[in-house]
Amino acid sequence: MVIPGVGAFGDGVANLRPFFPKIREFYASGLPLLGICLGLQVLFEGSEESPGVEGLGVLRGKVVRIGTDLRLPHIGWNSIEVRKGNCPLFRGVDDGFAYFVHSYHALPEEAVVAATASYGCSVTASVWRGNLFGTQFHPEKSGAVGLQILENFLEL
Amino acid sequence: MKMLCRRIIPCLDCDLAFPEGRVVKGIEFRRIQYAGVPWRLAARYYEEGADEIVFLDITASHEKRETMAHVIEKTSENVFVPLTVGGGIRTIEDARKVFEAGADKISVNTAAIGDPALVNRLAGHLGSQACVVAIDAKRRYVRNPEQAKGKNVVETPEGPCWFECSIYGGRTFTGVDAIKWALEVEERGAGEILLTSMDRDGTREGYDIPLTNAICERVSIPVIASGGCGTMAHILEVFQKTQVSAALAASIFHHEIHHVGEVKRFLAERGVRVRPR
Repeated sequence: MVIPGVGAFGDGVANLRPFFPKIREFYASGLPLLGICLGLQVLFEGSEESPGVEGLGVLRGKVVRIGTDLRLPHIGWNSIEVRKGNCPLFRGVDDGFAYFVHSYHALPEEAVVAATASYGCSVTASVWRGNLFGTQFHPEKSGAVGLQILENFLEL
Repeated sequence: MKMLCRRIIPCLDCDLAFPEGRVVKGIEFRRIQYAGVPWRLAARYYEEGADEIVFLDITASHEKRETMAHVIEKTSENVFVPLTVGGGIRTIEDARKVFEAGADKISVNTAAIGDPALVNRLAGHLGSQACVVAIDAKRRYVRNPEQAKGKNVVETPEGPCWFECSIYGGRTFTGVDAIKWALEVEERGAGEILLTSMDRDGTREGYDIPLTNAICERVSIPVIASGGCGTMAHILEVFQKTQVSAALAASIFHHEIHHVGEVKRFLAERGVRVRPR
């Protein structure tokens, strides 16, 4: 299952809420689940972007505005630094470039960060726990590197 | 310090009078020259390392929206970088149509000047990251400061000037101060500004550096420089002298003066951070 982006947290959750039970059920089944961009963010408990709106909460932590002095949104190609070398998503991808567009990123309260990017601060680029995967960047828009990541996901 | 890569964006000016569209390469002796079918060129630029591709409907025609959607749909089968569509987008519905076909961003100019709240609506519905405001700016030299009351006057090597926004592809002038407008659209939720110099567009004399700096220094959203690129050195110059996030170019790619990979190697060798292919 893939939960795509992009959009605002509040709108995204409003559209997705009817599917929350199905997503939870799918996640519990152990089959691979990938959230992309906003799809990663909704895995968390909530977001500063839309206070009071509850996410899926399958990962502990919150989504916050990127704490940087640089231009926001963070738009463009940035290098991803893989933090969990054993994450199957990044097989054959060593610290390549990926396309980001976002102003908020996840701050997990558990050790699930699989990759980061630097943008005046450390940005959460990917999360992973068991069958749950998320990328803040857009693999579908990240050229050959992105296609490799999607292929890795499909092979799970 | 590690930073975002500077982006190289080929722009395809599309004439949608043809069933699959045609990319307009140049207009010489009043004869339009065509560079090819948009999706084929887009695929070639993608293979060469383009970071993003912009499609502009030069006819800006409402009835050709379906053709543009088809062009984008066809392109997104083979091209895995962001696609931006501009020209004639007036409503959320217009934007939706090209989004459903696979576009990632839309760019608006004329419709936004006429109805600034359109920027808020587009940003609200599609997200700021998908809402690019195109500003086509023309220098207006100031001989008498009285004439430029209330305008942001910028010093240039050619003398002080303010920048006026034009619409309808540069055919109509609005009296709107481009610097003021840039700040307003940022406030209204635009995610990026596509800044074209009408003085340099088509000249191949290089980007308008004072204009680009004037806008970049005032807004905090990313700015794409456009208009005037004729050589790789022009791209280097705009990256070295301004804070722009990206450089857009058309003719140097369509005329095969340089290919995208070559431009990126040239920039990388001179210390500009770009995405290797």
